[in-house]
Amino acid sequence: MSTTLILIQVLNGLQLGVILFLIAAGLTLVFGVMGFINLAHGVQYMVGAYLAYWGYGVTGSFVLALLMALPLALVMGLILEFLIFRHLYDRDHLSQVLATFGVILFLNQLAKVVFGPASLSVPPPAFLDFSFTLVDGLLYPAYRIAVIVAGLLVAFVLWLVITRTRIGMLIRAGATNPDMVSALGVNVRLLFMVVFGFGAMLAGFAGVMAAPIFSVEPGMGDNLLIVAFVVIIIGGAGSIRGAFVAALLVGLVDTLGRTLVTDGLRLVMDASAANQIGPAIASMLIYVLMALVLFWRPEGLFAARAAR
Amino acid sequence: MNKLAMTLASSLLGLATMATAEVKVGMIVTLSGPPAALGQQVVDGFQLAIDDLDGKLGGQTAMVIVEDDELKPEVALSKANSLVESEQADFVVGTVFSNMLQAAFRPVTESETFLISPNAGPSTFAGRNCNPYFFVTSYQNNQNAEVMGAHAQAAGYKKVFMIAPNYQAGRDNMEGFRMHYEGEIVDEVYVPLGHQDYSAEIARIATSGADAVFAFTPGGMGVRFVRQFRDSGLADKVQFMSVFTTDETTLPAQKDAAEGFLAAGNWAPDTATDESTAFVAAFEAKYGYVPGGYAMQAYDAAMLINSAVEAVGGDLSDKDAVRAALKAAKFTSLRGNFAFNTNHYPIQDFYQLSVTERQDGAWVTAVGEKIFEGYEDSFAAECSM
Repeated sequence: MSTTLILIQVLNGLQLGVILFLIAAGLTLVFGVMGFINLAHGVQYMVGAYLAYWGYGVTGSFVLALLMALPLALVMGLILEFLIFRHLYDRDHLSQVLATFGVILFLNQLAKVVFGPASLSVPPPAFLDFSFTLVDGLLYPAYRIAVIVAGLLVAFVLWLVITRTRIGMLIRAGATNPDMVSALGVNVRLLFMVVFGFGAMLAGFAGVMAAPIFSVEPGMGDNLLIVAFVVIIIGGAGSIRGAFVAALLVGLVDTLGRTLVTDGLRLVMDASAANQIGPAIASMLIYVLMALVLFWRPEGLFAARAAR
Repeated sequence: MNKLAMTLASSLLGLATMATAEVKVGMIVTLSGPPAALGQQVVDGFQLAIDDLDGKLGGQTAMVIVEDDELKPEVALSKANSLVESEQADFVVGTVFSNMLQAAFRPVTESETFLISPNAGPSTFAGRNCNPYFFVTSYQNNQNAEVMGAHAQAAGYKKVFMIAPNYQAGRDNMEGFRMHYEGEIVDEVYVPLGHQDYSAEIARIATSGADAVFAFTPGGMGVRFVRQFRDSGLADKVQFMSVFTTDETTLPAQKDAAEGFLAAGNWAPDTATDESTAFVAAFEAKYGYVPGGYAMQAYDAAMLINSAVEAVGGDLSDKDAVRAALKAAKFTSLRGNFAFNTNHYPIQDFYQLSVTERQDGAWVTAVGEKIFEGYEDSFAAECSM
């Protein structure tokens, strides 16, 4: 285990964290501001990736595909809000879980019907199709750096919007006390719709950015959704700042854990036993982290509803 | 009088069965979720064989019922039950995945219906638990990895890095690779099933000093791993070898990222027999994509059933006769040499395959060096049939 390897893994962890943040940012707003459990958020990530695939097929340019995918993801989110989610805000969480789970099944199947069950791929944009040499023989694609930069930019813009604009103020107020905001004459329904569409677009953006790194396939968002929920629980529901810190934390713990746990176990037991136990423990680490955070700070690291 | 009536009735019954003259085949394959592409290959390969036989199996009208196991053992179990009980299928063809086979196995074989696997070939039913009602037209699961290991040994790779998902098949394939490979295994890494980002593992490969990688990362995992491996620039330094990772179901997404990567198998679309060439051409014309081993093995399964029904003259009531006819494997396999071992798993040739671009721009595997001739699995000796 060399220092170089650890440094590379830190970079990898950051990149995973940034993708997680892009997904969790929308989810935490919807959950924190509207108190709405949207299991279909992962599927909106998938929609973004498929839109990128489709857009690339039509235009032959990744940038154009991205520009087309964002408004379409937004429209898709608004359509879902209008058709389904709007009718669920006043229902209990069980109805929301059931309905949004139905949306997952429907959209996953739709993706399969339209694009087929096989994994698809999208190439990165040509101007980012080069690599940096990390160590001798190991390259780090520039596109992955671009993903990290894009994620940090989105985080910064979100921070500006939330803390410096009127809509951001309403979102913060809505997260803290929605009844009072409504009583003050703010159209909460409209606010919800804006938040929802925006969240869907962020998830779609994450999907577009992830498409050249991962494979585009039905159900690709399902696993990430669970991790995204872990992120917002650690970060505190409704808090963008919390989602950012927690996403990076989860990304780092997961990536470094996968390397370090097995190697660490090998120091104290024989290699084959370490190979058996290591991966199992490594995949539990983020949940252990979540349990610890919940134990010490049940509201999450940056609870939106508590005093900041 | 009574006796006469009974004889009359039974002969009438016999006539009734003769009149329907139908062979019913139930299929249990995975058609949901990301691995659905594999199940689709099986269905299409089987259907193509039926079409080539003018909708008949052994001269009788073929009726095929396709069921989706949804990659859930309990669904596979209930579909198996309904196929043998309510549908009274004569043959069950399935499954794609070994864990689905474990679930469907007992209801089918215990009802004395012949179960023919077009892909899954677990070690569980190859050795002591081999079954007179179970046949496999693919391979024993570990064999491709064994072949890859034998190639790595022959090609002289000194240090191999192994990577597989953390479940039984992952461990089996790593064991399989070790069977004929005597060089150093510098590291073996297990990732979660459905793993997304391999950059952490790729960094380990780069710093491990390995001169070759052996991977078992099926489906979407393979698409991601292969592309990320290529993007990391390691492909120029470290030879990529794999099983179930670069095949005709994943290559449409991997394309040139997999160029020159090695695999192992019993067949490839360029296998140079007349039957195979005709099959590939007909398959692509009909379904618009390149068939992989899954489709080939399903085609062979249909031809196997056809040969058996023909040999017994359509009388499927004598199970021993049907079994003997199946065991004889009197059909021309698309892969060339084919015979059943005592455990009803194939004895066949294995090749090193490599990924290449075909004239028409499709990415395919191509047959390379023959590694084993008439290769048997290592469990057959434990089977007492």
